[in-house]
Order: sequence, then structure tokens, then C-alpha cells
Amino acid sequence: MPEKKLPAARSGNFIKAVFAIAWKDLSAELRSRELISAMLVFALLVILIFNFALKLDAKTRITATSGILWVTFTFAGTLGLNRSMAVEKDRGCLDGLLLAPVDRSSIYFGKMISNLVFMFIIEAIVLPLYSVLYNVNLFNPGLLLVILLGSVGYIAIGTLLAAMAVQTRTRDVMLPILLFPVVIPVVVAAVEASGGFLQGMVASELMYWINLLLVYDVIFIAIAFMVFDYVVEE
Amino acid sequence: MIEVRKLVKRFGLKTILRGLDFQVGQGEFVALLGPNGAGKTTFLRILASLSRPSLGEIHVAGFSLPHQAAQVRQKLGVVSHMPLLYGDLTAEENLRFFGNMYNTANLNPRIGEVLDLVGLISRRKDLVRTFSRGMQQRLAIGRAVLHDPEVMLFDEPHTGLDQDACDMLDKVLRDVAARGRTVVMTSHDLARVEELATRFDVLSKGIISASINKSELRTDNILTFYKKALAGGNA
Repeated sequence: MPEKKLPAARSGNFIKAVFAIAWKDLSAELRSRELISAMLVFALLVILIFNFALKLDAKTRITATSGILWVTFTFAGTLGLNRSMAVEKDRGCLDGLLLAPVDRSSIYFGKMISNLVFMFIIEAIVLPLYSVLYNVNLFNPGLLLVILLGSVGYIAIGTLLAAMAVQTRTRDVMLPILLFPVVIPVVVAAVEASGGFLQGMVASELMYWINLLLVYDVIFIAIAFMVFDYVVEE
Repeated sequence: MIEVRKLVKRFGLKTILRGLDFQVGQGEFVALLGPNGAGKTTFLRILASLSRPSLGEIHVAGFSLPHQAAQVRQKLGVVSHMPLLYGDLTAEENLRFFGNMYNTANLNPRIGEVLDLVGLISRRKDLVRTFSRGMQQRLAIGRAVLHDPEVMLFDEPHTGLDQDACDMLDKVLRDVAARGRTVVMTSHDLARVEELATRFDVLSKGIISASINKSELRTDNILTFYKKALAGGNA
């Protein structure tokens, strides 16, 4: 029956649009490498500066690691989020996306997936380098889970706020001003949970922080899904 | 095909459109003229569902705005002075991306047809950032016609193009109109629109202050009509 096909067809179009946008971002980045290289250089510089600025002994190195890692991811992520939306705005491409006959939240999810992939690439490069520089073993499944959850929460709200900030004249300054206060709960939970895993605590002892990350991920994605249409419309 | 009644658009305390009425029939090519700041781009952005009206009724291709915006967007092709294309993708990849966004059927052969129409078939594998402004604008038209829309909106498409590129763009525009599509185009180039359009509307002080069909342009040329319309002598 056509009535029953309609929602399925609509969700099919939605998913197709989400992956078309993510594919477009990844293909363009594969050619230009503007975004990844800027994020990566910045992340490496932050790690190096902390390495030289803080004279850490073996014990404090473990406790400082989670903080240094999340400062690195957060700042590098902001660069990526800004650039990802600026590319759309500068050539009028955001209008091109908004003219498509799809649910506009598909644009949000497409951008979120590509931003998340860029973030994971940076994290995959930063983690082994950090391990070598600071002589800390970061290959802990619990820590990787926390990085996954923290990155999802950060990118979920960051993509929404980047879409808001890009409409302003001071977009480069505006994004961190909007983003950092909102994302504090995610960063605090991620730092606490990461630090716990690095100090040898088990998952059951850190469930409070992991649950907090999960809840924020769900809340941020749900809010963005509901308001993205209004954020991008004049 | 397009029916607008009592359209009002405000940005804060500033009113741009003040109860504008506008109708376009199927297959018409309407040139929307007016001075800078008259609200032509704002009006086209509302028709394209990129901006919400403050007041008024809008119907495009049988659907109302802003409530049936997705259905309207399926029927619309929009070209502005910005190409709305991705420089780091090839011409073909750009069309494939937008074809997927519009859920266009038989996408591969359709991409070939469109590239042929805009004269870029030999450059299909080239990155858009290597294209001249004229080529980008032709590809922008290809993007806009890819899903075979019933209504096309052109917002100053000749901006920044040299003479040769303008002539080539005109050829594509004539071809689009010859296929029976309804076209609304804003422009400041009166001589050029006089050749292309079948009707001329002047948007001034937030309303359509004058309108004339090409067949009625006997004694006056387009420049005289336009000057009279702005002076309030042909409402």
C-alpha cells in the first residue's frame, strides 16, 4: 500500500542524503587535506608544548594524561568544526544543501558523521604519538570507549553550534565561545573516566561518568535533531 | 505555477517586502527588475524556501510555503551568482552528489545528458576549482536542472561573467526556457533580459510596481519602461 511505503521511502531518502553528505565531505577532504592537516598539526603542537612545559614524573604523568589528551582533542576538534562549516558557507554551498528536498536534519547527521571521522583520524594518530612521547600506555579498551563516547558528544553539539556560528561575521571566535561552556559536562566526564581507566580502575567504578557521557550524547543528538532546521533557516 | 499574495518580509524593524502580489503561469519567463536593495534576492530566497515569509500566501507548483517546503524544493531549480558547487569535487561528482540529494532516477545517464547540455562533457572528470567562472556557472545550471524541475529561479546569473561566458549562459537559458520550464530571473542587464524574457516585472519599494509583457513593448523599449516604472508612471 502506498501509505505504508511512504515512511520507508522517506527514511530511505533520509539515509541516502546523510551518506551522500558524509561521502562528499570525505571525498573533498581526501583531495584537499586542509582540515585534517590543520587539526593534526595543531594537536601535535599542543602535545609537544605540554611535553616541554610540564616536567612530569612517572606518577603525575598518568594523572595529567587524561587532561592533556582532552584539551588536545577539544581544541583540534574546534578547528575542524569551524572549517567544516566554513567550506559550506564560503561558496554558498550551504544554500545548495538547504535547497535539496530532504529533511534538513539529514544535513546535520551527514556533517556530524564526517566531523566524527575527522576527529577519530586525529585521535588515531595522536594516541600512539602521545604514548611514545610521554611513555604512557594508552591502549586500554576502557579508555578507547571513553574517547569514542566523548568524541560523539563533543561533535554532536559542536556540529550544531558550528552551523549557528558560521552565520555570524565573527564565526572563528564565536564557535569556541558558544561551544566550550555547553560541552563542559562532556569534557569533565571524559577526563574523569579516562583518568580512572589510566589509573587502573575497572569499568564498574567509573559507571557514573560513562553513564553521564551516554546521557549527554543522547541529549545533544536529540536537541540537534530537533532544532537544526531552525538554526540554518533565515 | 507561482502565486504570491500579500507577501510581507521583515528583518527586525526593517520591512523589505510590503504586501507583494505576484503570479507566473506555466512556461512563462519572467524578468524581475529593480534597483539594488529592492528585495529581489530576498523574494527569490522566499520562493526557494531558504527564508520564511513574515506574512502572506505563497504557492509554488501547487504546494504552499513554508508548510510544504520539501515538496516545493523538489519542483525547484535555483541558480544564483554563487555557483553552490564544491571545488574539491569533479563536475561529475558534484552532479552525482546533488542527484543523490534529490533522489534523481537514472542518475548516471542523466549526469551525462546534463553535462552535454551545459557543454562540459569533456571536463566531467576535472575538479570544479580548476574551472573558469563561466564554466562554474554553466555547471551550476546543470546542477539546477539535474532533477528536471518545473520552476527555475535565477538570481543575477550573469554577475561576474565576461561577454563570451554571458552569451554561452544565455544559450543555456534559452534552452531551459524552450523545454517549457517556468523561469523567474532577476537581473540588472536590461538589454540581455529583453531578449530572454517573455514578461518584465519591476520590484520597487517592496511591491511589484509595474509589469509588462514582451508583446506590449512596442513603443517603449525596456529601458524606458523601467525608468517609468521606477518613477511611478507605469504601475
